[in-house]
Order: sequence, then C-alpha cells, then structure tokens
Amino acid sequence: MIFIVSFLVVLMLVGAFAASIFKDLISAVIAAALVSLIASILFYFLQAPDVAMAEASIGAALTAAIFIIAITRTKRHEE
Amino acid sequence: MRRIISILLLVIVALGISLSLAKIPFGTPKTKVGRYYINKGIKETGAANIVTSVVVNYRGFDTLGEVTVLFIAAIGLGAVLTASGREKMRKTEPASMVLYTGCRLLFPLIIIFGTYIFIHGHLTPGGGFQGGAIIASGFLLIYLGCRERRISRLASNLAESLGGLLFVVIGLFGLVSGGYFLSNFLPKGTANELFSAGIIPIIYIAIGFKVGSELTGIIDNLIEES
Amino acid sequence: MGFLNSYIYYIGAFGLILVGLYIILVKHNLIKVIIGLGILDTGVNLFLISVGYITKGTAPIFSRPGIDSERMVDPVPQALVLTAIVIGVAVLALALSLAIRLYQHYGTLNLRKIREQKW
Repeated sequence: MIFIVSFLVVLMLVGAFAASIFKDLISAVIAAALVSLIASILFYFLQAPDVAMAEASIGAALTAAIFIIAITRTKRHEE
Repeated sequence: MRRIISILLLVIVALGISLSLAKIPFGTPKTKVGRYYINKGIKETGAANIVTSVVVNYRGFDTLGEVTVLFIAAIGLGAVLTASGREKMRKTEPASMVLYTGCRLLFPLIIIFGTYIFIHGHLTPGGGFQGGAIIASGFLLIYLGCRERRISRLASNLAESLGGLLFVVIGLFGLVSGGYFLSNFLPKGTANELFSAGIIPIIYIAIGFKVGSELTGIIDNLIEES
Repeated sequence: MGFLNSYIYYIGAFGLILVGLYIILVKHNLIKVIIGLGILDTGVNLFLISVGYITKGTAPIFSRPGIDSERMVDPVPQALVLTAIVIGVAVLALALSLAIRLYQHYGTLNLRKIREQKW
C-alpha cells in the first residue's frame, strides 16, 4: 500500500518538474493535467471522494481544454 | 542577478515550510468542529452526505461567495474577449461521419450522467459543482466533434442567471420564515431518501445548472472567433 | 519506513508548492507562469486534505443508516477544498483571457520583451 502511494507521489513530482522543462507549451499543459489526475487519485486514498470527483472533472479535463484553446490562439512554442 | 535572488527566496520558503510541516502530526484528529458536524449532521439537516450538509447548510454563505466569484470571472472573460480585434476565420473542414455520429450518441448520455450526479448530491458523493463540470464537458464534446452546431447564447445566459437568482431567492425565503438567511425551512424527512434534507437538493440543482452553463459560456467565449 | 509512512503526502504537497513557485519566479513566458499557478493551486489543496486525514478512517458519508461514525475523517477541510478548486479554475480562465488580449496587443508573450517596449 505504501509503495503504491510512494510511486504515485514520485510520478507526480516528475510530471510537475517536466511541466517546467518542456519548451512546447502543449506538452507542458499535458504534464500539468497528469499532475491533476494523480492528485485526484491521492484524494481518493485520503478518503475524500467528493474532492476526488471535483479535481478529476475540473482540474484534469476543463483546465487542460481551456489552456489548449488559449494556446492555439497565441504562440505554441516558448521563445 | 534575478535568478540568484529567486533561488535564495525559494530556499528560504522551503526551509520555513519544511520546519513547520515537521511539527504537524499526520493522522490524528485535530479539531472538534468536525466531530460536532458528524455527530449532529443527520439530525439537524437530514442529508446523508456530511460534506454536502457542511457546504450547503452549515457554511452556505461561503458557497454563495464562491458562486459570485465564478460569475464575476465569467463576466470578466466575456468582456475582455468580445472587445478584441477581428481575427481571420480559420478554415475548418467538416468532421468525418464516425466522429460526428459518435459525438451525437455520447452527448445525451453525458448530460444524463451529470444530472444524476447533482440531483443525488445529498445521498452519494457528488453535488452541484461536479455535475456542472460534467455537463460542461458534454458541451465541449459537441464543440470539438460537430463543428456546425452552436449553443444559443441566450439560453446559456438565461440558465446561468436563473440558477443564481434561485439560490438567492431561497435564501430570502429562509430569512422570512426561519429568522436567518439560508435557514432550512422545508421538512427534513428520513435520511437516505431522494426527497429529504429540506432545501439542500433544490440549492444543488440551482448550482448545477448555474455552474454547467457558466463553464459552457466560458468555453464558448474562448472558441468563438467573432 | 515509519518516516515515509507518516510523511509521504506532506512531501508530495511540499514538492508541488516548490515547483509551482519556481515556475512563477523564473520562467518568462506568460502561459508557462499561468501553468505554474495551477500547479501551486493543486499542491495547496493536496496539503489541506492531508491535514484532515485520520489514520484508518473512512469517508464521511452515512451510506447505511446504522453505520459506525467513530472513525470518520474530518469533513470541514473537504468542504473548503471543494470551494478552492472551483475558484482556482475561475482564476485560470480569467488570466488566460488577459494573456490572449496581451498577445493581440504586443505580438509576443515574452515578459522581458513586453517590459522593454513599455510604450
């Protein structure tokens, strides 16, 4: 049990670090959506099903969609 | 120079946070208010989901503030983006038959699922915000898959305003009949049934409509190249 | 192992807060800064929920009428975080609309170049 949680936390931190490194902005947004998804799984392990549902639907889906629509209206690559 | 100062600031913040995090024990009960809400929750509100009774009944005023913040953000986004300049219309090709039919089949299922989640907010995990977000995801699927359909601006604005108005009107009814704003004036019924918990299902239905149409309006303002 | 067992969630939340702050302070593309704001938000919410956890507790829902309520976790931080998640997405949407407007006015999203051509 503790190994699963440790593995998920390490994956989340690697995803957050990758979101700061990528130069292509759409890849950075997908890494941030991965961080939100793993945070939703950790919310379920902490016995909070309401918050897990809210984070999965709002954080992982709608935030990524709004970001991608805004990026296609501006530049795609960081300068 | 700026990099050195920001790295120094980060080290100081990290030291401060980690030193204070080591003093907070993990897994012990810390407050007494939580125990009070769990013990007296069903008797005073009638809702089986304690988090719902805290969000709508015990701390209902904070939910009114949150609904206001979401409303202001949607209005601000509409005001900033409509005044922008004309963009040239990007050529979009019509979607293929498989994508079009698949989106049209999935759309009513997603709407029904979102409605189920916010109607049963006081019995199972869920509620107005989660259900509204799922409904907005359904509309996003229509925008991405079937490009020719558009949601009418008037219907979405009307649903959003009526949802917010219903919330405030129910609070005022509570003021008239109970003595304080948002008091629970409908009969509480027995727990674990659909028609129980007083005004909580009605408020969550209003919040579900409002959040769903608000997030749809945000996506519509961002996509629309007017 | 004991240390890891009791502090793994705190380490995760703390790491997310640090990465979010680093992105906001150091990067100079505006959309990257907004992504960092979102990551910082997620880290703070994770920390709030992990403070309210009780060891071997269950979710605070009375699914059957006679359930034992002695070891339920704290419901108040969950109500706060529910509000905070929705407000986070509202702030992100407004910030992105301002970034689009800025791009249409200046032609670039690099914060250093925008600061140079002040007028």
